[in-house]
Amino acid sequence: MRGTNAALGVAGLAGFLALAEAVPRLGLVDEEYLPPAGRIAVALGDEAADPAFWTALGDTLTGWALGLAIASCAGIVAGVVLSVVPYLRQATASTVEFLRPIPSVALIPLAVLLYGSELRSVLLLVVYASFWQVLIQVLYGVQDVDPVAEETARSYGLGPWARIRYVLWPSALPYVMTGVRLAAAVALILAVTAELVIGAPGLGQRIGVAQTSQAVPEMYALIVVTGLLGLVINVGARAVERRALAWHQSVRGEVAV
Amino acid sequence: MRRVLLRLVLACGLPAVLFTVWWVASAGSTDVYWPPLRTILTAFPDVWTADRLRGDVLPSVWRLAAGYALAAVAGVALGTLVGSHRRVRALCEPVLEFLRAVPPPVLVPVVMLFAGIGDTMKVVVIASGCVWPVLLNTVEGVRAVDPVMAETARSYGITGVARLRSLVLPSAGPQIFAGLRQALSIGIILMVISEMFAASNGLGFTVVQFQRGFAIPDMWTGILLLGMLGVVLSLVFRLVERRVLGWYHGLRASARRSP
Repeated sequence: MRGTNAALGVAGLAGFLALAEAVPRLGLVDEEYLPPAGRIAVALGDEAADPAFWTALGDTLTGWALGLAIASCAGIVAGVVLSVVPYLRQATASTVEFLRPIPSVALIPLAVLLYGSELRSVLLLVVYASFWQVLIQVLYGVQDVDPVAEETARSYGLGPWARIRYVLWPSALPYVMTGVRLAAAVALILAVTAELVIGAPGLGQRIGVAQTSQAVPEMYALIVVTGLLGLVINVGARAVERRALAWHQSVRGEVAV
Repeated sequence: MRRVLLRLVLACGLPAVLFTVWWVASAGSTDVYWPPLRTILTAFPDVWTADRLRGDVLPSVWRLAAGYALAAVAGVALGTLVGSHRRVRALCEPVLEFLRAVPPPVLVPVVMLFAGIGDTMKVVVIASGCVWPVLLNTVEGVRAVDPVMAETARSYGITGVARLRSLVLPSAGPQIFAGLRQALSIGIILMVISEMFAASNGLGFTVVQFQRGFAIPDMWTGILLLGMLGVVLSLVFRLVERRVLGWYHGLRASARRSP
């Protein structure tokens, strides 16, 4: 069953690549616009041999990782504080609901003015976009704490810190992990966006350069790299989630099936 | 009465405080990049005149709506197809996972090759970025149809369109809406980005134009307008969701009340 699925998956991938090779070769699409998969692969090889490519990859990853780390820490701390201090959650609810849907790309002009095309511009966008993902999930998670467990901890005389550590945190962890996983994907989108639009160093900037210099195969190769990066991030985030929640029912159930 | 008052204070308190802080803190600001809030607000009606709303905001919203609708229809249709056949799903899954992982803004240069820099480009960019969350969530939702219900439908001989309308789509509904929600924020990002790249009108274009011309208060009004657009769209989305998925929220609420 799993074997067949994997084989079908590989077949699908091979079919997709064959299609990407055949469509431009047969002249269905202009080769100038969509080079055959083989040419893209060659361009990818050339990129991999270029040290500047690896620097760009490193820059993108730095922006992504730093932004995600800042946003996750801030989101978790803010979420816990908002839900532990009485009335704070209600008092901030309307503000959170208002600020959250503000698209982070609205901040691009501001980032350009304040920081130019530096890492800090990237961070501003990445942190703003991913912070809300984490915060909202933490707030949901804390709401989901079993009242019986909370009351039990209280009647056993656990202090506020101990309650956060032993009751609130483990109950909220699945939500926190979901939040961080969503934030990881969003952070990559915003990191590449910032590089593409603002011109901060990184893969996005290289895509922009390839586009303006009409280097179409290179552009596609770089896009494939961003896709692979996204894939690695998604798979990695899911693996971390599974690891951190190995004790939790949702994951245990998954494993048993 | 006191309860209502308390809730009102809690809901409006912090926004009022923040607004006042911004107003007071920026009142005497001579920093070029952080103009006084007063200046921004007085600039707002001058910048966003009816003319500009018609010439810049409306085209943006129209492109977003067109791209988003296209993505929603294509995503749900393809997702239902892929999700209801096990083999098709296994065949497509790796490719879909990869395509979803590509950060949507990099599609802008690609689509520009094919469609130039006109409205088509923007609609296609928005549609091709929004379609993945809808598609993948629909696949998941369709796959997770309750087997008992599926068997019941089968034994009653409910097939084809009737099965789709009264079994598959409703039970995948919550998932589909989760996808649509993600797609909405991606759509707004792409709307702004595609206009920043190449356009002669639109919200993103205008805001960048202000920034390049160092019309800082005007730029701030653009940021505020973009923010308001985001908030309004998410409110509209929530209204629609509450309407369409009313039965589902009701079901969950009653399930929570009687454990």
